[in-house]
Formats: sequence, structure tokens, C-alpha cells
Amino acid sequence: MDYSDKKQIFSRKITKYILITVSVLFIAIMLVLPLVSVIINSLKEGIAFYFKSLSTNYVTSALGVTVMATLISVGVNTFFGIVASWLLTRFEFRGKNTLSTLIDIPFSISPVIAGLAFIMTFGRLGWASPVIDWINSTFGTDIQIVFALPGVVLATIFVTFPFISREVVPVLNSVGHDEEEAAALMGAKGFKIFRKVTFPHIKWALLYGIILCTARALGEFGAVNALSKTRGQTFTLPLEIDALYMSGSADSITASFAVSSLLVIIAIIVLVARNIVEHRAKKDN
Amino acid sequence: MYVELKNINKYYGKFKASDDVSFGIEKGKLVALLGPSGSGKTTILRMIAGLENPDSGEIYIDGKLVNNIPASKRGIGFVFQSYALFRYMTVFDNIAFGLEVKKTPKKQIKERVNELIELVGLSGMEKRYPNQLSGGQRQRVAFARALAPEPNLLLLDEPFAAIDAKVRAELRAWLSNMIHKVGITSIFVTHDQDEAVDVADNIIVTNEGRVEQQGTPQEIYKNPKTPFVAEFIGTSAKYENYGILKGFSNQEKINGALIRPEFVEVFKSDNANIESYLKYADDGIVESVTFRGNSVELLIDVKGLKLTALRSLERRKIEVGERVKVLVYRLYAFDEKGVKIIENSELAGKETVKL
Repeated sequence: MDYSDKKQIFSRKITKYILITVSVLFIAIMLVLPLVSVIINSLKEGIAFYFKSLSTNYVTSALGVTVMATLISVGVNTFFGIVASWLLTRFEFRGKNTLSTLIDIPFSISPVIAGLAFIMTFGRLGWASPVIDWINSTFGTDIQIVFALPGVVLATIFVTFPFISREVVPVLNSVGHDEEEAAALMGAKGFKIFRKVTFPHIKWALLYGIILCTARALGEFGAVNALSKTRGQTFTLPLEIDALYMSGSADSITASFAVSSLLVIIAIIVLVARNIVEHRAKKDN
Repeated sequence: MYVELKNINKYYGKFKASDDVSFGIEKGKLVALLGPSGSGKTTILRMIAGLENPDSGEIYIDGKLVNNIPASKRGIGFVFQSYALFRYMTVFDNIAFGLEVKKTPKKQIKERVNELIELVGLSGMEKRYPNQLSGGQRQRVAFARALAPEPNLLLLDEPFAAIDAKVRAELRAWLSNMIHKVGITSIFVTHDQDEAVDVADNIIVTNEGRVEQQGTPQEIYKNPKTPFVAEFIGTSAKYENYGILKGFSNQEKINGALIRPEFVEVFKSDNANIESYLKYADDGIVESVTFRGNSVELLIDVKGLKLTALRSLERRKIEVGERVKVLVYRLYAFDEKGVKIIENSELAGKETVKL
């Protein structure tokens, strides 16, 4: 080994350590320190205070709203995601590319705009308002969408609907439809083919999509903020955290960190679940 | 005729995949649809299966018009090119699937599946998944799965394409035996002429969406009816002014001719045994000698025509640049209308010595 070889190996090593340092520093400053400070701040006034601030009426209501909105959106989006993926991968039709692009819009549009769009649609001045009024007067119901729970759910569905189809479409494309054709030739009907042949292929991708969808639904702020104005009734956890923090007293700021730590813990659980799913999916293939 | 196609036309957009396709297949025969890729053979197979619909024309199976009968009700077993085995089901469940769909009683399913597993020689592998099987074993499962619901017609799309060359010949023989043993009418698609000749009772040659010729392997090989078949089957080269060869001079004007290597005999110029024939033979110069394993391939320049010939390794060695005597037994001459075989006129009535 001559001098220039040694020099080359040395400079490769240097590069490696520089890259490691940059990455670690970046992650530490951007991610680890803020998250640690959330936990530390949340415990600043002791464990008792921590649990007390988690059990106020506002917080339990917000937790309920968040869990409900998340469950409904995940349910709706799982159904929609499977239907859309099936359509996009198994049928040819005009406007297919346009549809595929439209599904991606929530990824690129600001959630606040989505919230405002729902106000413009279902609010007092929206075009759908007469329809809602008509339904309410005819059936004697009192349905309200904007500034009520349905609005929160709609906003959450909107920002999370691409997640599942984005995970499932590539898998369906790579699997091809030979197996489905074979099953159909033997006389199997649509749902049986889906259940016995297609579903085992997309199982992990679907679960992965559901996890991502859940994580996003739990944390949504912008779109829900535009549609939800009543603390203790329609507020979700992120809105409650914001409200606590904005009220400005030292106690409420600590409380807001306590509630935040709840979301951090949920995020960590989701992350672990995600890794387990990824690992299982790899093993399955 | 068990399967009959009448004037089938099929377009994919502007591409004509089937152009007035008509043919019939007898019951119990194993038939090859042979043609280059893009010649429309797979389209024909998929239309018979009901996976595609013809734009016009009629398909009959067992005397019944099936155009409007869905794929699942045509009584067809289909072996896909990629086998399309259900990846998340065991060998047993794969084979049982068609029977389960038909709501066959459990006990009967078990009997039938075990019988088939034994038939295809996969006993003991019932619980394996497709990714735990070799290519050949997968094909056997696909075959068993297609046969399980007792179809009357078996369709196979390039059944050997996904298998490596070494096992292919063995599987060919196996499949052909198996099909004849079961006695099921079968159609398979292939682009490999050796495969078609080796396995099929009957060959249908397709090209550009049309049926070029149908016949036994011997007929197709010996009496090609169209220039395409003459060129596609066997190896051959095209020549325009073949009239300069001895024995072919007084032919009317034809577009050209195809000469297969097996029609060309090469003698060393000092070969005393064939002296009486030498006057019919042309002089040629050997341009290249290529070892082909069981023979040598010679490229010989005869009056400007480059002829290819095969020569047994048992015969005397021929060197590059050597002057040799070349005798052409026959050739396929073609014009717009078709192909005809022209025998060497100098040899007519004489007994040919093959050395």
C-alpha cells in the first residue's frame, strides 16, 4: 500500500465522520432537544400536576374528539383508499391520471385552505347551506357541519385521505392481475377474489397506510383549527394544546406541555408499530 | 371439430391483433399456436378462454357458440405464462381453489386434490407455498390447478417460457405425456418452433394476426405453404438469383428462394466416390467453419451465393479457404402466391448418394 492509497482511505474515513456529525447534530437540534424539552417542561411542576392537567374537562373532551375524528377518518379512508387503489390499478378509463393527481392534493395543499374551503362550502354563505337547511327543516334534524364535530371529522378525513391509496397502489401494480384472472377463470366472484387472492398481497401495505393515516389524523391542526371554535366541545388535542399555551399563565403553559407529551407518547407508539409492520412485511416476502 | 374459430377479428386501438382468424381443433389433440411475439397467438388463446372478446367472428366449443358465455362458465383450464399461482396459498389450497368455488363437498375436494398431486408427482409438498418450489414444480402445480375442476379444454400460455433451458426439454416431454394420458383437448402458445414440433400433434402458425398454416409438424416442416412459414420454421437463408445454381437454372422467374442447411451437401473435391455426381455440383470456397457441438456449420461462397451447410464431425475435416463441391438437393421458391418446393432437376430420376 503506497502513500496515496493510505491517503484515500483516510479521507474516506474523514468524510464518513463528518457526515455522521452533521446528521446527528441536525437530528439533535431539530428533533431530540425539542421533544426532550416537551417532556421536561411537562413535568416541571411535578407528577401530580401532570396528571391533574391531563384530567381537566377540556383535555378529556379534546382527547375524546381527537380519538373519534381519528377512528372515523381512518375507517372512511381505509374504505376509500381500497376502492380508489382498486379502480386505479385494475381499470382503464379516461381521466385516470387526473383522478390519481387529485387524490394527492391534500399532500400539497395547506390544511388551513382545506378548512376554509369547507367553511365556504358548508357554512352560512356556502352553496351546500340551503341543502343542509332543507334537510334540517324536512326531517326535523339539527345537523351542523361547520364549527361542529362533523366539520372536525370532515377536515381530518380531507387531510388524510391520500395515505392509504399511496401505499396500496404500488403494491397492486407490482403484483399484477394474473392471480385475480386465474381466480376469476375458475368462477370466483369479485369479493371472494379480493378476500382470498388480492387482500393477502396488500395486507401489510394497507396496515402501513392505516398507521401513517392515524399519525397524521391525531396531529392535524390547520384544517381543524379553521372549522372548530368551541373549546371543550369541538377542540381536538392539538387545538387544546394551542389554547392552553396561548392563555399565557405559567401553569397553563406547563399543562400544555403535559398534553403535548401525550401526543409525543402516541407518536412513539405509532413509530414502533410502523417498524414492526415494516419488519413483518419484509419477512413475509 | 371440438374448438372452432370463424372469422375472428380483434383490434387493440388501431393495432389489429387478429385478422380474420379461422381454424378448427379436433377433440383430444394437443395443438400449438406458434408464431413470433406480437403475432397474435396469445390474443387468440385469451379469446378462446373468454378473457378477451373478439370484435367480430364466432368461437365454438363443443359445437356451442361461446361468445356470450363468461370465462368461468366455458369449462376451461388455463395455465398462465407466469403460472399465476396464489402466492399466499399452499399447493393444496391452490389446487383446491377451483373446486371450493364450485362448492364441491370437502371430502371430494380432498380426494381430487390428492389424486392430482400424485398425478403430477408432488406428493409430500401439499403444505408448501409457491415460493418454496422450483420453476418446474410450480408449473406442475399450475397444471394440476387448471385440471382440478375437470375442464374439457386446457389452454396454456407459453408454458415453458419461465423455465431454464436445462429442465425445459424434460418438462416438455412430461407435459405432453400428461396431456395425452389425461386425454384433454389442449392448446398451447409458444414462439419456440422446437417446442411446437416436439410436443404438438398439430401446429397453427400465426403471423401479424393471421393464421399462416395449420398442419402436423411434418407437414409444416416439409410443405410450408407461405413464405413466412418457410422462413420461420427451421433455419434458412433467402436468395434471389438462385438460378445460377446447377439444377435450378431453367425455372420461371420467381421472387426468391429459401435454402435450409440440410438441403446442402458438401464434398471434398478429391472425393472419388461421387465422381459421377461431381458434374452436378457447384464449386465453392469455404468462408468459415463454426463448431456447433454435434456438427460443424460451414459458410460457403458459391458463385456469390453464401450457402450454409451442416457437416457431420465423423467426416473428413474441411478448412477455411478450401475449394469444395456443393450440391443443393432442393429449395423453397416463393412468389406472391405462395411457396413451392423445387427439386434439383439434374438429380431427377437418379438415386442420390448421401455421404
